[in-house]
Amino acid sequence: MANIAHVAEHTTRSLIDHLPLLQVLVPFCAAPIIVLIGSRRLAWPLAFISSVISLIISIILMLSVREGGYITYSLGGWAPPLGIEYRIDATNAFVLTLISMIGAVVLPFAYTSVKDEIRTRDHSLFYACWMLCFTGLLGMVATGDAFNVFVFLEISSLSTYVLVAQGASKDRRALTAAYDYLIMGTIGATFFVIGLGMLYMATGTLNMADLADRISDQGANRTVRSGFAFIIVGMGLKVAMFPLHLWLPKAYTFAPSAVTVFLSATATKAALYVLMRFVFSVYHPDFAFAKNTLEIIFLPLAIIAMFSASIVAAFQINFKKMLAYSSIAQVGYMLLGIAILNETGLTASLLHMFNHGFAKALLFMGAGALVLRTGSSFYLQISGVGRKMPITAGAIVIGGLSLIGVPGTAGFLSKWLLIQAALERSSDNSLYLLVALSVVLSSLLAVIYVWRLFEVLFLREPDLSIPISEAPVMMIIPMWILAGSCVWFGFSTDLLYDFANQAALNLLGGSMGMSDSVLNLGTN
Amino acid sequence: MIFHHLILRVVTKLLVGTIVLFALYVQFHGDFSPGGGFQAGVIMSVAFILYGIVFSLESAKKVFPEWVVHKLLALGVLIYAGTGVATMLLGYDFLDYDAFSPLHPTHGQHWGLLVIEFGVGVTVTGVMVAIYYAFAGRPPSMSDEEW
Repeated sequence: MANIAHVAEHTTRSLIDHLPLLQVLVPFCAAPIIVLIGSRRLAWPLAFISSVISLIISIILMLSVREGGYITYSLGGWAPPLGIEYRIDATNAFVLTLISMIGAVVLPFAYTSVKDEIRTRDHSLFYACWMLCFTGLLGMVATGDAFNVFVFLEISSLSTYVLVAQGASKDRRALTAAYDYLIMGTIGATFFVIGLGMLYMATGTLNMADLADRISDQGANRTVRSGFAFIIVGMGLKVAMFPLHLWLPKAYTFAPSAVTVFLSATATKAALYVLMRFVFSVYHPDFAFAKNTLEIIFLPLAIIAMFSASIVAAFQINFKKMLAYSSIAQVGYMLLGIAILNETGLTASLLHMFNHGFAKALLFMGAGALVLRTGSSFYLQISGVGRKMPITAGAIVIGGLSLIGVPGTAGFLSKWLLIQAALERSSDNSLYLLVALSVVLSSLLAVIYVWRLFEVLFLREPDLSIPISEAPVMMIIPMWILAGSCVWFGFSTDLLYDFANQAALNLLGGSMGMSDSVLNLGTN
Repeated sequence: MIFHHLILRVVTKLLVGTIVLFALYVQFHGDFSPGGGFQAGVIMSVAFILYGIVFSLESAKKVFPEWVVHKLLALGVLIYAGTGVATMLLGYDFLDYDAFSPLHPTHGQHWGLLVIEFGVGVTVTGVMVAIYYAFAGRPPSMSDEEW
């Protein structure tokens, strides 16, 4: 026992110190426990409880970093940059809150929907997969280690493919949709990891903050640049950035309704966060290559996505597919916010992430409720249903208005900020006036496809021969929670704006480096 | 019962036990010699897969039923995560094995690694066998009408 003298003093960790990790660990542990217990009846409650715990943790984290700074947690007691670090700052706490809110709100909806759409014997495995997907998305966002992002990306992607394929019991096309997504998603993940490999080759580290320090030290060389290109393309695939979006419409259309709700509000958002993190924190925006990429590639692609996907959405005859194409257009707005490259633009982008997540989850829930009652989401089958299911249809209306960006809904605020951001840039480059105009024009396209839906739901004659009852309470409550928050965030704009603004400032500030401004969670 | 491939059957019966033993050696001796949970899990699953190939899928499933495989998959992950939770309960960071022997951290690290590698081994065995069952037990390809 000679080396006792060398043992370092250890300060006991309390529960509150563990929060950054517990955020990811709680849903992660829920997955194997659900499989081990193997009970169909207990699977849902376990999933729900862990999602709620995760939500509470994310809110505590968001409140403690809202003034700036970050919380760090080192796994295995290995100090970063050697060990894996979880680093929570205003930006990822914001995204974590979005993901865990959606997770906790969607599960009550999923309860009925999953019973209807998934074979009974698969229920416990389904919820285990769901929790793994949830874990992966939270982990991607929480971690401060670039390779760890890849690991969590794979956890969430692999479970997503399985979840999408579960739609096969209703429509066999879910299998090809899942397969397409698998191929595209794997290519995306491969590109991402190739990019990381190049960064590792050039810098010898994988910790994001350390990467940022070393990249700024050595300036741009070819390896670092090609790493950037690979990471952007890889993550662009997961974000469904135009023209890498081809997997999205099929996957969202044929996946089980509950899965679509969950994915549409979280999966692309988590990937978008990673993209932002790499563009702004790991590579500094001053890194000339990054700036050019934003202006020459992101900006036009975002605008093309806004128009082309909206036009395609206007011609759809399937509610879910229309929403899927609209998602691609909305991702365009978020990318536009990044590409404008100023504080307002980034705030708009982050806010739109949140608002669109809520509105799209709400609309897909509406679609899910219609599928439950009518058996299909085709316009032909759901025509006039709005009169028979007024409570569901009412929520859909609010979601649709928020999607357009009508004043008084959350969607208005983010689009308004986006236009404002473009106008701010127009003083030195008048082309940005066109950008601002394109936001307005593409919102008009959103009016077309949303109006078409309203017309189908309310103005067409319902088929009176088929009795259709209102959606079950377990579906209505989550829908109206989301509808309520769409309106509430539309009027009480400060709350979300402050968080998003802090998150944007945090991103624009570049990397915080290895040791600056650590917050101690215990003292807050 | 079919009686051809006599040599294969006899050799397999002899080998299966040895393979399992070797897997356990790789598992628990992994900290001093090449090996560890992943390799051990793969070797362990080879014993079952070989048995399944030679003696038919059904008899392999009798030895190692599918539901047990599924539970093992989850159990291994839980052993790994549970070790981390244990270190947290002892007041250390997640997976900081010093917690198991604060006065002699090297021992703590050793014990912690043995346990998590065991978790890895259990899960990998389960995954490999589950993949084999899934492919070997695949129903014939779909007819056109099913699309």
